[in-house]
Amino acid sequence: MKGLSNWISLRFPFQRIWRTHISEYYTPKNFNIWYFFGSLALFVLVNQIITGIWLTMYYTPTVAGAFDSIEYIMRDVNYGWLLRYLHSTGASAFFLVVYLHMFRSLLYGSYKSPREVVWILGMLLYTALMAEAFFGYLLPWGQMSFWGAQVITSLFGAVPFVGKSLMLFLRGDFNVADATLHRFFSLHVIAVPLFLCLLVWMHIIALHEVGSNNPDGLDINKLKDESGKPVDGIPFHPYYTVKNIWGLVVFLIVFLGIVFFFPTMGGYFLEHANFLPANPLSTPDHIAPVWYLTPFYSILRAVPDKLMGVCAMAGSIAILYALPWLDRSPVRSIRYRGIFSKIALSIFVISFVGLGYLGTINVTPLRQYLAQLFCVLYFAFFLLMPFYTRFEKTKPVPTRVT
Amino acid sequence: MAKDEVNQSRRRFLIAATSVLGGIGAAFTSVPFASSWWPSARAKAADAPVEADIGKLEPGQQMTIEWRGKPVWIIRRSDEMLQALARNEERLRDPESIVDQQPSYAKNLYRSIKPEILVLIGVCTHLGCSPKYRPDIGGLGKDWPGGFYCPCHGSTFDMSGRVFKGVPAPLNMEVPPYHFVKNDVIVIGVDNVTQG
Repeated sequence: MKGLSNWISLRFPFQRIWRTHISEYYTPKNFNIWYFFGSLALFVLVNQIITGIWLTMYYTPTVAGAFDSIEYIMRDVNYGWLLRYLHSTGASAFFLVVYLHMFRSLLYGSYKSPREVVWILGMLLYTALMAEAFFGYLLPWGQMSFWGAQVITSLFGAVPFVGKSLMLFLRGDFNVADATLHRFFSLHVIAVPLFLCLLVWMHIIALHEVGSNNPDGLDINKLKDESGKPVDGIPFHPYYTVKNIWGLVVFLIVFLGIVFFFPTMGGYFLEHANFLPANPLSTPDHIAPVWYLTPFYSILRAVPDKLMGVCAMAGSIAILYALPWLDRSPVRSIRYRGIFSKIALSIFVISFVGLGYLGTINVTPLRQYLAQLFCVLYFAFFLLMPFYTRFEKTKPVPTRVT
Repeated sequence: MAKDEVNQSRRRFLIAATSVLGGIGAAFTSVPFASSWWPSARAKAADAPVEADIGKLEPGQQMTIEWRGKPVWIIRRSDEMLQALARNEERLRDPESIVDQQPSYAKNLYRSIKPEILVLIGVCTHLGCSPKYRPDIGGLGKDWPGGFYCPCHGSTFDMSGRVFKGVPAPLNMEVPPYHFVKNDVIVIGVDNVTQG
């Protein structure tokens, strides 16, 4: 057995890969609950890929057949309902887990030097994930699928001069039609998932190059014992593999509870209007995107001008990329930051959740005013960050993790 | 040792020339891939004019037909509706229909060939939803003069499809090319050469 393993190792470095990334990857020993969500995101990705492969076996990407093939999966295919609910609940779970994972980075300054590239790759992952979710949402060809795709492709119509041509190019027809459905299917099952897998690999390689951050925001590699191992570090395997499996079980209890008992989540995970086949001649009375995109939809709606609205929405995502350079604080973790950072982060969370909620309901003048206020606070969090992080009083950072 | 020296400038030139040529090749290679995203011959062929019989349309009534996969509305406006049009003008973004959202023969107060027959592409100029027909005066607030309301982002249009001020939609609704072949038969999608 050892002979075979050595023979392979001389030809393919699996032992070295295992050591570098798993059994001798030293991880801070003070990880808390916020550090579960990276591995959970990876688990959900695997869930989406496997259930997605199986759904593709029964799904028909045509205007005539799409809606019926979903009903076929739900009623006739053995366990088809389970495959589909695992996939649709997985989509919402993916965003939930990713939002918590990103919030962890805000909390402990995980995007700060030297982890800027980890953050940028993570943001690319998040952006690709939004595209993946959007393409996938058209596939059931329900009313929300159709009108959601109609609205999002119309966003490109706001581009000056070439907008109308760009829209025609993206749809491949004069309206969202068969051509659009086919290409979205192709992008959803091949192009974006390949790109996602590549980005996940790069995200992990970049992380393992600079090492994991931790709730104290300390660099554990500064303090090493005589054998060169960080004194505040423990090998990822077996310590965190076991811990993450425990986290996974807790996650699965909640996740499967939703899959089995509340798969539509009262219209938040699968919207009611999507149980009607797409009708290009009639828009549903109330349309809203799925919950994970509503904060950005609210920003779009809050600006009473088409082009500026689209710019504000794109800007609200783009500005996240600049985060490592906006934060000028000398410390990483919120534990040692001053009062301004804490207030700013709280306001940001309230604004983001507020925008998300407002995006699910109809506009009234009062709600519109509220959405505009949250919109201003959202951008203020980022644009004022260079000032409040630099001039606040920070607490002394300990030398060992706590 | 002259023969072992590297000629750096020649090396840079060759690298640059190879990259530029390779780049041009890649750009040309991308043409078929990108070009396949434009509407196919079949989609273009389906873009044929459609005919509608409006003989049974009562005043105030709306009918919807499909052209290029989009809803096209035909509405026979009542006299009251027509008279009310001139009263809205200061509340509209483009009351004179200056922006090119209609064929030249529909660039008038009624935005139509025959004043009472309104033909519109039923797609909101904001983000492409299909607005609701709301002819009920006062139905959307006490100064609502009747018109169209988009459920997606709240844009409003008057009974000629002209956009009101202060809503997200930037333009009046589009009037498709159309003409009458008989008094009660209308063809959507193509101008009549004598009218054009």
